[in-house]
Amino acid sequence: METHQLHPDTWVDLYADYLFNYAVTRVSDAEIAKDLVQETFIAGLKSAKNFKGDAAERTWLIAILKRKVIDHYRKTNSKKGKAEVRMSYSSQTDAEGDWLEERIADPNSNFENDAMENEELGQAIQNCIAKLPKKQAQVFIMKTIEGMETEDICNALGINASNLWVMIHRARTGLMGCLNQNWF
Amino acid sequence: MMISCEKAATICNKAQYKEASSWEKIKLKFHLIMCKTCAKHSAKNKKLTTLCNQARLAILSEEDKNKMKETFSKAK
Repeated sequence: METHQLHPDTWVDLYADYLFNYAVTRVSDAEIAKDLVQETFIAGLKSAKNFKGDAAERTWLIAILKRKVIDHYRKTNSKKGKAEVRMSYSSQTDAEGDWLEERIADPNSNFENDAMENEELGQAIQNCIAKLPKKQAQVFIMKTIEGMETEDICNALGINASNLWVMIHRARTGLMGCLNQNWF
Repeated sequence: MMISCEKAATICNKAQYKEASSWEKIKLKFHLIMCKTCAKHSAKNKKLTTLCNQARLAILSEEDKNKMKETFSKAK
């Protein structure tokens, strides 16, 4: 089995977006997510000597981030006063009628599933983007996620428009292939 | 009116970013009627756009990353 090595200098460029996506879907606050990613990198550096090389760098960093997210939940929860649970049947105390039926989860609701699926989808797309050649990934991200104008990207990267569309084409085809099994 | 498959693919990609002109789109439609391979690819391409929108992908700005690098290098 191949052993992996850590290259902390490349972490921010390679993994910041991936980790950020992971964090932001869980804490739903961009600022907090950013801090958690930063903490993850620093924690990773500090415990680099514990890295055994049996996992890929990114998997290892995600494992650290996972703990950071849990710690974050714990902290905010303890501020609120030890997870006190108050329950009332309804916020409208004077509501009459079918109060019990109204409290039951709607079996036809797809809302929860959609939220979960979107989170997984985000991770899947990020995974596939990470597998693309670097230049293609860069162009795809600028165009699709940052929503930049074609002309601005061409200027920034010093390429012409037809180069750009060729790279977009390759990136999109690559992503289709990569996402194929689960999402199409 | 007749366009190659490569040209069709380019127009299809442009259309995903709303950058294809009406005339280009007509040419593409015409091509897709006759070319099943491109029709398949085009459908998948559209689906990919939908998926990307649905996932609401987030990324960090260059500025944020630079800040991160700075803090990170201080920690080393």
